[in-house]
Amino acid sequence: MSHTEEPDPDEAVAADVAEAVADAETSTGESARSSVPVATAKGAGEKRRRGGLSRYIITRFLLIFPTIFILVTVVFFLMRVTGDPITAALGGRLTPDQLAQRVHEAGYDRPILIQYLDYLGGLVRGDFGTTYTDNMPVLSVLKQYGSATLELVLFSLVISLLIGLPLGRLAAAKRDKWQDAVLRIFAILAYATPVFFLGLLLKLVFAVKLGWLPVSGRISASGEGTMGRLLNPSPFYLVDAIRLGNGPLIVDVLRHAVLPSVALGLLNGGVFLRLVRTNVIGTIDRQYVESARSRGVPERRLVTKHAMRPALIPIITVMGMQIALMLGGAVLTETTFEWRGLGFMLAQYMTARDYVAVQGIVMLMAVIVALANFIVDVIAALIDPRVRY
Amino acid sequence: MSQTTTVVAEGPSRAPWYLRLPVIADLRRSVGLQRGMLIVGLVLTALLVLTAIFAPLIAPYGFAASAADGVGFGTQQAPNPTNHWGTTVAGYDVLSRVVWGARTAVLTIITSVTMSFVIGVLLGLVSGYVGGWFDRICTMITDAVYAFPSLLLAIVLSIVISGGQSSAAGGIMSAAISITVVYVPQYFRVIRAETVRLKAEPFVEAARVTGVPVRRTLFGHILRNATRTLPLIFTLNASESILTLAGLGFIGFGIEPSSAAEWGYDLNRSMTDVTSGMWWTAIFPGLAIVLSVLGITLMGESMNDLNDPRLRRRRAPKKTRAAAPAARAAEPGAPARAEAPTGSASSGPAGDGPEGPARAADDTDDTKEA
Amino acid sequence: MTGEPGTDLTSHRFGTGEPLLQIKDLSISFATDRGDVPAARGVNLVLDEGEILAIVGESGSGKTVTARSVLGLLPETATTTGAILLRGQDVVTMSRAQLRRARGADVSMVFQEPSSALNPVYPIWWQLGEGLRAHDPKLTRAQLKERAVEALRIVGIPDPENRINRYPHEFSGGQKQRIMIAMALALGTKVIIADEPTTALDVTVQAEILQLLRDVRDNYGASIILITHNMGVVADLADTVAVMHDGVIVERNTAQELFDNPQDPYTRTLLAAVPRIGAASASGRMSETDRAELAGHEVIVEARGLEVTYPGRLGTKPFRAVRGIDFTIRAGEVFGLVGESGSGKTTTGRAIVGLEETTGGSLTVFGYEMRRFRERTFKPLRKDIGFVFQDPATSFDPQLTIGACIAEPLQVHARDLPSAERRRRVHDLLEAVQLPAAYADRYPHELSGGQRQRVSLARALVLRPRLLIADEPTSALDVSVQATVLELFQQLQAEFGFACLFISHDLAVVDMLAHRIGVLYHGRLVEEGIGRDVLQNPQHPYTKRLVASLPVPDPAEQARRREEFRILDAQLPAADEMG
Repeated sequence: MSHTEEPDPDEAVAADVAEAVADAETSTGESARSSVPVATAKGAGEKRRRGGLSRYIITRFLLIFPTIFILVTVVFFLMRVTGDPITAALGGRLTPDQLAQRVHEAGYDRPILIQYLDYLGGLVRGDFGTTYTDNMPVLSVLKQYGSATLELVLFSLVISLLIGLPLGRLAAAKRDKWQDAVLRIFAILAYATPVFFLGLLLKLVFAVKLGWLPVSGRISASGEGTMGRLLNPSPFYLVDAIRLGNGPLIVDVLRHAVLPSVALGLLNGGVFLRLVRTNVIGTIDRQYVESARSRGVPERRLVTKHAMRPALIPIITVMGMQIALMLGGAVLTETTFEWRGLGFMLAQYMTARDYVAVQGIVMLMAVIVALANFIVDVIAALIDPRVRY
Repeated sequence: MSQTTTVVAEGPSRAPWYLRLPVIADLRRSVGLQRGMLIVGLVLTALLVLTAIFAPLIAPYGFAASAADGVGFGTQQAPNPTNHWGTTVAGYDVLSRVVWGARTAVLTIITSVTMSFVIGVLLGLVSGYVGGWFDRICTMITDAVYAFPSLLLAIVLSIVISGGQSSAAGGIMSAAISITVVYVPQYFRVIRAETVRLKAEPFVEAARVTGVPVRRTLFGHILRNATRTLPLIFTLNASESILTLAGLGFIGFGIEPSSAAEWGYDLNRSMTDVTSGMWWTAIFPGLAIVLSVLGITLMGESMNDLNDPRLRRRRAPKKTRAAAPAARAAEPGAPARAEAPTGSASSGPAGDGPEGPARAADDTDDTKEA
Repeated sequence: MTGEPGTDLTSHRFGTGEPLLQIKDLSISFATDRGDVPAARGVNLVLDEGEILAIVGESGSGKTVTARSVLGLLPETATTTGAILLRGQDVVTMSRAQLRRARGADVSMVFQEPSSALNPVYPIWWQLGEGLRAHDPKLTRAQLKERAVEALRIVGIPDPENRINRYPHEFSGGQKQRIMIAMALALGTKVIIADEPTTALDVTVQAEILQLLRDVRDNYGASIILITHNMGVVADLADTVAVMHDGVIVERNTAQELFDNPQDPYTRTLLAAVPRIGAASASGRMSETDRAELAGHEVIVEARGLEVTYPGRLGTKPFRAVRGIDFTIRAGEVFGLVGESGSGKTTTGRAIVGLEETTGGSLTVFGYEMRRFRERTFKPLRKDIGFVFQDPATSFDPQLTIGACIAEPLQVHARDLPSAERRRRVHDLLEAVQLPAAYADRYPHELSGGQRQRVSLARALVLRPRLLIADEPTSALDVSVQATVLELFQQLQAEFGFACLFISHDLAVVDMLAHRIGVLYHGRLVEEGIGRDVLQNPQHPYTKRLVASLPVPDPAEQARRREEFRILDAQLPAADEMG
């Protein structure tokens, strides 16, 4: 949902026009003869700056809803094309009569439009449906397993940022040198390797052959017992372990987290690296960097400051989208490492053909993605002083 | 087109046609690392395609064979003379499944890339050119789909299309269609952006002013110039579709092992093997995925670099002295312009004046930001 | 180097002491796919303290490359030989660290595009401070801000205390260029290299920036190397001039001497090509009877209260580009529309062909009302209208041959034409624009800018239109190329007799071609009349200012005009009271 790269025609015209206006307005007032027009111009600038940002945030916020609405609608109707979820789940196991009765009880024999409106109504109230197999509200599935996914995503995000930012900058600075070549090949490899294959490889080497790290799960059985003593557990194991002040427990949690986070983080790190490299190369050739160079600013600083900050705007926008995509990667990683998070559960429900649960979790992720993108766009906007919408 | 277009220009600067074909031309002007990347990419991709075509000849057994000459392979056998790469938990020959898997992958790529290309390009062209409400709605929908984790969408779609598992053709189609829906937005965005840009270009406006019909403008002028970035999306799309197919297979939404060989599915089955230290069932299909994606990506990436003057690497100057105070200078548009040949440097009879070869190296005088 | 004036280091020196900067036998070449391309060959230059040296040349002359080499700002593909002595030290052989220390402190650069030379995401004071910090890391934030305020005040940015915290997009183009100059000043630079510092600016703003550069020299003793293609700018500012052509300095002299008595044939061609107001005025040549006759011709375009408004988006106000203007273009008449950027002149031209929507008033073209026009009903009229765009590089579909481009209008409007006949028409037109018929098979990128603009004319004229809209057709061209294109244009207009709306920001160009002239300012037509009258005896204060700000290629005359402009500038009411 990056609005940065899309040259909207109207917007472009409007921007040009606005600039022309600004130019025209100030070019005459510029000779600094009278201070009055200058003062008003300044006031207007002030207003434009403030108003621009808040207006941008509000419009951007409002844009979340149509996005969610579109996704919900698409997913809902797609899932119903196949038929009702009960038939899908229990099709072979019940007699047609029993099936019909179940379908009727769940209201799936009503007109599709009514069901749709009903579903939408439920969403507004925060009701994402109830899983069919274990009869749990989807929202509580989120509460129970969402934190594990979040923990995994956060760990791997840290790893990917640690890889992507400095190495991407290095590759851009050493462009076409051997460092760049190595890093680029690493990035492409990272992109080409499916996260589950990398996961399997890591497991094979570090867990099975070397035995350094656990094969799967979030915590060892004994650790789980220790953790159970906590009366008000927080969603994150690591936080809880630290709260307990239990050294071995912290290590236990971390040891379990290493392989999955590295698997997911390494791949995303490769993507981030490429992203940073391309964008920094794009800005390092800009005239304003050349202009700073002509004033004697050291090369290092040109990369770390002058080229980096303008490059950050597109980087952050795309990264935001990438973080959303990490949810997809999380499904695969969690399956590989039996990390009991949302993705793992999603795969479980899918095998069980519990499409109500699948639909609910997918919808939920749509909401999360839309929110994440909104936050990221706002951050990008805060960095960019030219914010306008 | 008018007969004038059929007359092939014979400017002195033109190489023979076969040297101007995209891949060959790219190969010719690449240097160093970029050339290496391009060659590796081409070789790997060729390998993938050849394996797919000649799978029946290369693979020792069928993809669903668990016995040869009436003798069962046995399950989870380590590599041995009968099964060079060992056997899987279900007793299939790993080598054969990897080879046949190439066919599944290539078929999926072809179907998905073709479908998403046609739909995405058409939609992008029309949406970008027509603008207005149609454009806004199209953009909003594709943006929403684009931002959504593609694997989740593919999961939903594969449930819709095949209810989970299915036959070879059905499985490939459902994977291909899922991938199509996921990647239509990419083509759409790129082509739409290009269309919007080109629509404002004077040459398109010139066509409008002349009264050239919309259809002709769209397909004659815009489409032909908007396809610049397509090779890159093509390759990205192709490699993504391998990854998505494998991802679907890995979480159990792929193709049944008896209908076709699929790398992701095999990896899924190998999860338990890995825990008990059996490496061959995971390594081989995994490497097949990595190498296929790597090949296609390398090809696309290096071609993209070559076509982007900003990223393109040029031959280094022959240094005559300790000269060139190698200030890692930016390119003030200069070398980029060196590529826009002023074929008529000697200027025609009209004698438009001095536009010598040094033009290539000059300033930002009239280089408008593209 | 055959005894060029450039090799003699002592001739035409501005000062007598040790030169500040000395370029000796400098050659630069670039490695390209087609082998090495020389950009500068055997350049010799001397710059003294307090001197303003102009390096003049057209695109490709190597002037910018030469200037950039002084800062060591050449791309990696460049190879440099010779010596650039900056206070006795050779820039060419300097280490990277030495070079970095010299940049900014000894030599500073002012770029052509002030908008792209400032970093969009950092406030002004920070950017200005970066240069200071690079040479003195101990400076505190408060000190940097203080120096920034001071520098901005010097270059005439009002309210510098507040405005140092602003970002580049909050300044106008002229102000951004002032900030660039402030950055050079803050570093105490001895030599300022100004690379086309006013090319991207409107002519009235240009006059102000040139004045600022002069003040900088007078008050701070900085020497300036001015890179430009504009002879008027040279005449206005330079003490000495070096003319570059094809990488070689063909002539070097004091400004007055060079303009009065050019030696090299190239310099003469260059000077002769510069259009001047009143020198070849199209309207000046007309007699009263000519005018009366023209006034009786059929009306082709008529605008009455024409308005074009761009709708605003969410929360932004709509922008009124054209705010109710009246004008008439008659058959066979060239109507020149002049104005600065944002004046609405291009919008007006585009409205005539339906590229912009007429939102108010009335605009009739061949009697057809353009307000709420339908493409279907307007299409038959399109064959009578030709359009020439500003940028010759982008006016052609790169995939089509020149012949196909020219033939396209024929294919749309004269479908039945046999192909042999069509080809013949294309060849005829190529001939009419003085290009060989063989060019029909070439592709646009194989032609030079001037050639492309000729093809543009050919395409516009292939249907023998009765009306031609020319939107800044020569502003992307070099001055000598512009001269030939303008001449061709005049010939074709006489031959084909079309009516023409000629849009330009260049008063002198419009004067050469237009019978009548309209002056646009902020979307309003502030003055309209016979070309000669408007330009030589302007009535509206804005027109007066516009005319006075145009530098003429004659130092003595320009000095006089500069005074005039200064007086006018002081008298003029503020912008808002005009129009």
